[in-house]
Amino acid sequence: MTPTLSDGTTVVHGPKRPGIPALEARHLTKHFPVHQIGPSRTRQVVHAVEDISLALPEATVTAVVGESGSGKSTLARLLTQLIAPTSGELLLDGVPVGSSAKARREYTRLVHLVLQDPFSSLNAVHSVRYHLERPLKLHKRAGRDDLDTKARELLERVSLSPSERFIDKYPHELSGGQRQRVAIARGLAVEPRVLLADEPVSMLDVSIRLGVLNLLDELRERERLAILYVTHDIASARYLADTALVMYAGQVVESGPATQITDAPAHPYTQLLLSAAPDPARTEPPVLRGRGAPPSLVNPPSGCRFHPRCPFAMAICKEAAPPPLPVATDQVAACWLHSAEHTAPADPPTAAGTGADL
Amino acid sequence: MSAPTAVPAPRAATADTVLEVRDLCIDYGVGAGAVRAVTDATLTLRRGEVLGLAGESGSGKSTLAYGLTRLLRAPGVISGGEVLFHNRPQSSAFGAAPNEVVSAGTEIVDLLGADMAKLREIRWSQLAVVFQSAMHALNPVARIDAQLTDVLKAHRRQMSPTERRERAVELLRMVGISADRLRSYPHELSGGMRQRVMIAMALALEPQLVIMDEPTTALDVVTQREILEELMQLRERLGFAIIFITHDLSLLIELADSIAIMYAGRIVERAGADELFHAPRHPYSLGLLNSFPALHGDRVRMEGIPGSPPSLTALPGGCAFHPRCPYAMDRCRTETPQLVRPVSDPVRTGGEDRVAACWLQDGLQEPPAPLHREATGNGSPATDDTHGSDQ
Amino acid sequence: MAVPTETTGPATPGTTPAVKPARLRRGSRIPLTPKVLVGAVILIFFALVAIFGPMVAPHSPDWQANSTSSTPLPPSGKFLLGTDQQQHDIFSQVLAGGRDTLLIAFVAGLIATCLSVLIGVTAGYVGGWVDEVLSILSNIFLALPGLLILMVVMTPLPPADTDNPLLIGAVIALTAWAWGARVLRAQTLALRNQDYVESARVIGERKPRIIVFEILPNLLPILASSFIFTVIYGIGTYVSLSWLGVISPATSTWGTMLNTAQQDSAMLGGYWWWYVPPALCVALVGIALALLNFGIDEIINPRLRSARDNRKGVRYTLGLTPVLRTAGNGSPPRSHRATAGSADLPTPVAAASEGKSK
Repeated sequence: MTPTLSDGTTVVHGPKRPGIPALEARHLTKHFPVHQIGPSRTRQVVHAVEDISLALPEATVTAVVGESGSGKSTLARLLTQLIAPTSGELLLDGVPVGSSAKARREYTRLVHLVLQDPFSSLNAVHSVRYHLERPLKLHKRAGRDDLDTKARELLERVSLSPSERFIDKYPHELSGGQRQRVAIARGLAVEPRVLLADEPVSMLDVSIRLGVLNLLDELRERERLAILYVTHDIASARYLADTALVMYAGQVVESGPATQITDAPAHPYTQLLLSAAPDPARTEPPVLRGRGAPPSLVNPPSGCRFHPRCPFAMAICKEAAPPPLPVATDQVAACWLHSAEHTAPADPPTAAGTGADL
Repeated sequence: MSAPTAVPAPRAATADTVLEVRDLCIDYGVGAGAVRAVTDATLTLRRGEVLGLAGESGSGKSTLAYGLTRLLRAPGVISGGEVLFHNRPQSSAFGAAPNEVVSAGTEIVDLLGADMAKLREIRWSQLAVVFQSAMHALNPVARIDAQLTDVLKAHRRQMSPTERRERAVELLRMVGISADRLRSYPHELSGGMRQRVMIAMALALEPQLVIMDEPTTALDVVTQREILEELMQLRERLGFAIIFITHDLSLLIELADSIAIMYAGRIVERAGADELFHAPRHPYSLGLLNSFPALHGDRVRMEGIPGSPPSLTALPGGCAFHPRCPYAMDRCRTETPQLVRPVSDPVRTGGEDRVAACWLQDGLQEPPAPLHREATGNGSPATDDTHGSDQ
Repeated sequence: MAVPTETTGPATPGTTPAVKPARLRRGSRIPLTPKVLVGAVILIFFALVAIFGPMVAPHSPDWQANSTSSTPLPPSGKFLLGTDQQQHDIFSQVLAGGRDTLLIAFVAGLIATCLSVLIGVTAGYVGGWVDEVLSILSNIFLALPGLLILMVVMTPLPPADTDNPLLIGAVIALTAWAWGARVLRAQTLALRNQDYVESARVIGERKPRIIVFEILPNLLPILASSFIFTVIYGIGTYVSLSWLGVISPATSTWGTMLNTAQQDSAMLGGYWWWYVPPALCVALVGIALALLNFGIDEIINPRLRSARDNRKGVRYTLGLTPVLRTAGNGSPPRSHRATAGSADLPTPVAAASEGKSK
């Protein structure tokens, strides 16, 4: 089940940059036990994340695109160590992450998670100042005297200026976009290496989403952060990210440079996503290839998890799960259609020609 | 303070009109503490047309939709305006009861003045609503066949139980659910199927107008596309008009015939979908269009709109958008623009004028280039036809 | 056609749709509805009585007008509320009786609330076997019949001890904490999954800190409500115990007054001034506390607030949004208010009756 290429190496998704990545995950798997009432013959699990390896170099943005139930949020929480993986390991700057309490605290400093709901990610009873000073105090980033200065600095770094206007406000006095910026500032307080954002703009008004996304881009540049952007909106993934990973039913089905993936999707699921996504520039109604809903993760389909919905399914798809196969520069897709051995040479749906309505 | 173009009279009701809304005002609360949620909303909907109502939080779009059907919950009150529903009951088996007198003409119903009995007669048989969250709109302890047949029982008393059941099966088939799901409870269905059941319930009596409030927002993008495709096919078949409320403008451009953009309780622009996409006339529409990153083409940095939507209890003076507007003039701070035809756009003979509420378009100055584009394609003024989009 | 676009004036709470339940925030006060005001006034009055009563009482509660007569005297100019059989001045007794009752009830409330917070919140947040053990404990205490246990515990106590408010309060608290603990546990379970708790963990806050600083402040409304309930329970229990004679009649409290009154057949003798005043006092304090509780309920559930608009003459009916035409545009200036007695049309809009339909 390990996605390996025929030569035995593991495919690691993410932007390709020289040097050691800030955060690396190897073979992350998470199975949640299903709560069963009564005697159970077999232990049932939810196969939420299945064998994912990815690397986040500094100063890059990696997008994880998927629908609800694809496992993208679970992946983000695995990367923050909020959830312990069933198997797999994490490496920070090339060093495996220890499990001691001290190592965990250090990890919380280096990897931060920004959540989706700006209304509930800040505690309504505490002021902005409290939210910013706590991480500074916890990780001893500031002495008692310069707590205030540092907190104001943080606000300036997320473009909430003048900081006087915001520092003593309470969350309910701020707008959604401002709250999200405070949540990001809180993450910056500890000077992390990695920032994970789980749908940071989905609950914001449309006109302010780009402001927050542009902020993430600036942070990538200025602070050299490795950013993971989890979203269901493939258009914003294309806008912000260097590399995009497409997840389906707990697995990565395609990954590669964001523009490349959206221009020339190689996996039928990616093609389906792109044809379903709203696109005002479209001149003709899209053709949806593949209907139905994502499968149950308790009993996922055998072989390739997408095969019940796939318009191009072949016999092999039901039997064996395809490994990520190279389709273009830095782009891989886990689909038997791109394996020379399994496709009839007659009509392989090439990356450029199928489903993408250009 | 002269407006060079007079405020155009609402388009004269033609035989084609199904809904007329004029200067509708809706408040929350009464007296000194009341908050105006919708101000002077004016629009006209033709039979079979898809009107998109786009806006962000606080824009008043849901309030408008629920208000005009008198379904707004406490403490909403309607404080002014007129809503006329041009009722033309169909003589099909489900369009009218057999013993109902179906007049050849159209009955114009004043929805704001109607009493409960009249509203009950109109609601659901002629005018249906699909709510935002099907999970909360469906009764969790009733099976869906019961919920469907309830609708039929309430409005079509002469149907026998067998007929009702057959009709329920037919409705589910119409939205793509197999008959074996008839005896399921809502929680046994996926989100997409629940929404389809909601749509089936709304179409059970073949209404003339369906109002849909963010019907697909909570769904996956693929399910959303499937459901909308089916919906459009149903519209072709049954001929109902749709008011589609959403914050996703990019979806509306693909889907709707005409779009009304709302900001801070007012309609700030109305145009055909294509026209709006290629040639917006209001800075807010322009900003909104620039908030949706493109799926193809060059990657350029986009800015969205600075600031955030205002709170209805503390609206800026004059044009509510002026604090965020890159083209704001002094006039915008003090005078509220009305919804008028931009001077540079010619008057149209047939069809509806496109309108925008912006002082930049009043002819006293040249509008900035992005707000002055020529509408290209089928949306161009000269060839404006019944439906602005070619989708 | 000009319509005011600005609406100045106080923001009415709960007027925008989809208001999230309000948490207790700095700046939000208990809404001062008539209910709350009446309750607060009564409570303050009795608190003053408890504190200053014995000082302003014309006589000591043990003072006897004369030791020979054994007929209670009715209220008169000399004895405002008459006397009891032993010629004690009832008025003085009532004034003195409040102190112990209220003191013990508040002590009971305080101790019980502290216990319920300790046990309930810990059980809710920590989970696992700790939760199981503490839940079993709460359930046991919940199932025990409080009054009977108290009788059993306190009857063998020497009379001197029954005077000690701390002891009695603590004992009463022991039977009262379990209910509050269950409520707090349930609420903590709900809050535990809130985003801000997750964020706090991501930053690296330790568990005790999260419980005390993140969760507890959000529990304050429920805590206050639980406290008030417990105080009411405490008063009722204490009065019952006194009336049952478990508390020595030597101390003069409202409850013991009732006990004495019953022993000496006050009702048969028609000596209403003996038992009505203390009973009334107990009832009034209970009512006051309950009214305060309503005010707290309105904080927790803002939807209760909009019911107040009914007093302005507007009747809201679901499915029939009232049309008031106060905007003053278009139609001639006519403002219609729903009159309470309109039979046919719940919302009289005269325009309708003028036959707008063609």
